[in-house]
Amino acid sequence: MGRAVLHRGGDLLFVSFGVSLVSFLMIRLIPGDAVQLMLGANAEVTQAQIDALRHGLGLDQSFARQYLIWLARMLHGDFGTSLSTGRPVLTEIAAASGVTVELTVLGLAAAVLLAIPLGCAMAALRSPRASLVMRLLSIAGITVPSFWLGIMLLYGVSVLAPGWALVGWRDLTTDPGGNLRRVVLPVVSIALPVVASLARILRATMTDALRQDYVRTARAKGLGERAVLLRHALRNALIPFVTQVGIMAGYLFAGSVVVEQVFALPGLGRLMVGAVADRDYALVQAATMLATLVFVCVNAAVDLLYAAIDPRVRTT
Amino acid sequence: MTGGASLVLRLGVSVVVLLALAALLAPWLAPVGPNEQDILARLHAPADAHWLGTDNFGRDVLSRILFGLRTLFAVSALSVLGALAIGGSLGLLAAWYGGMVDRMVMRLADVLFAFPIILLAIGVIAMLGPGASSAAAAIGVAYVPIFARTLRAPALQLRRAEYVDAARAIGAGTPRIVLRHLLPNLTSVIFVQASLSLSTAILVEASLSFLGLGTQPPTPSLGRMLAESRTFLTLSPWPSLFSGAAILLASLGFNLLGDGLAERLDPRLRGA
Repeated sequence: MGRAVLHRGGDLLFVSFGVSLVSFLMIRLIPGDAVQLMLGANAEVTQAQIDALRHGLGLDQSFARQYLIWLARMLHGDFGTSLSTGRPVLTEIAAASGVTVELTVLGLAAAVLLAIPLGCAMAALRSPRASLVMRLLSIAGITVPSFWLGIMLLYGVSVLAPGWALVGWRDLTTDPGGNLRRVVLPVVSIALPVVASLARILRATMTDALRQDYVRTARAKGLGERAVLLRHALRNALIPFVTQVGIMAGYLFAGSVVVEQVFALPGLGRLMVGAVADRDYALVQAATMLATLVFVCVNAAVDLLYAAIDPRVRTT
Repeated sequence: MTGGASLVLRLGVSVVVLLALAALLAPWLAPVGPNEQDILARLHAPADAHWLGTDNFGRDVLSRILFGLRTLFAVSALSVLGALAIGGSLGLLAAWYGGMVDRMVMRLADVLFAFPIILLAIGVIAMLGPGASSAAAAIGVAYVPIFARTLRAPALQLRRAEYVDAARAIGAGTPRIVLRHLLPNLTSVIFVQASLSLSTAILVEASLSFLGLGTQPPTPSLGRMLAESRTFLTLSPWPSLFSGAAILLASLGFNLLGDGLAERLDPRLRGA
């Protein structure tokens, strides 16, 4: 276990370093002069302002030095200033990430809660016809564009229940009821493709587990089908499933970034799309890097959890 | 399960061929131009004159979908092909040379793979500016690590195959062995991964265009169409319904194709 932790720790450090380097390169690799682009066609800009911005971005230094300065500033919590609002980038990101985190976490919870019984039911049905239907349904589920699903749900509910407040945002702490009412549809839209994908994986691992000797033994000693499925097959099938859940967190996050636009939610997605339009590079850079680092850590934690629940992984 | 297997594959091939033909022949199939406006026929429901109805400018939804499919396929195919060429070569390089090269390439793939695809794509588009070619480049970059990983593992096995030793023994050089012996044996892996990647790349392209970061007007784009039709959703849901359904169908076709191919090429997957 100790070795597994150390090994993962090393990987984590390297990937985090790489992620920061790629994010750093994003601004430096902009074709043309980033400063000119950021200031646009504004004729009022003086040379002094251009130089100040260039200095603020550290663009007047050598490449390696620029990276180190940037890194040192970030480690002190200074991610730069948003070009469009003039507020610190970190403040903007912190204000917007609550929405995205809530959608991602609720979406993940909903997807896992639905995928486990679905996957078990799919594994229990073994007729060729049933498998084929389930396979087609899960593929269709995976390929549904979440933003389209959101729009269609929005239309459906607006026809069926015109009074239902659908778009916009209420804070979870000040108006929990209003908040929950507004997150239902976005969460459903981003969770459905993930439910389909997770249920399909659980079905495959369950089917695999059902072929194992311990399942035959359990059946031979007279256990009912339900106990065999839930107590023996499911517990073993859940181990690879956990890794997949970690990966799906990234998909849900991506879904949330797009679906926020459908429901007019003030999350990271809207922040980033606005920042691209405003050429607010520091904001895009910091948001991309921070979100990615969060997922790197989530996946590392999932790997450790995996090692903790599966004794076979611990020793290797 | 063989009957079922071929059904998935047949479905995939049919949908892909049908949509590809529709996209290719759009200029001949479309009843009117994609940007032609009929001000008197705005927001019409599907009817004889306009099979899928019209939008808020009186443009024919069917024509716009046919031309939108062209853009969708062009951008996704370009990005997947680019990712296959760059990522695939990197994967082969890593497997062939092993050691330091392998470690460096795979570490690089790990780093790029750590970024959620849409975030990396938004980052790249922030650099290049919104547009169809930026979207293609952005999606391509995000898919490079996928192809590097998918091709490295089987190439690593093939490198030790006897026929590779034999080829080397008769004096074949590295480029010849890689091109004539390794690559032909990797075609099935490539086809499966390319098909599944196209399925998701289509969704990413549509998402980016929906966000206004991909294909720009006046080029018809399904994602953008969906974003625009959202503003008059309560007046007429048809343009939203059909443009999204077209995106779904395109992604579904390639996913079925990839799934069916994977099963056909790997009998162990049958029935799973």
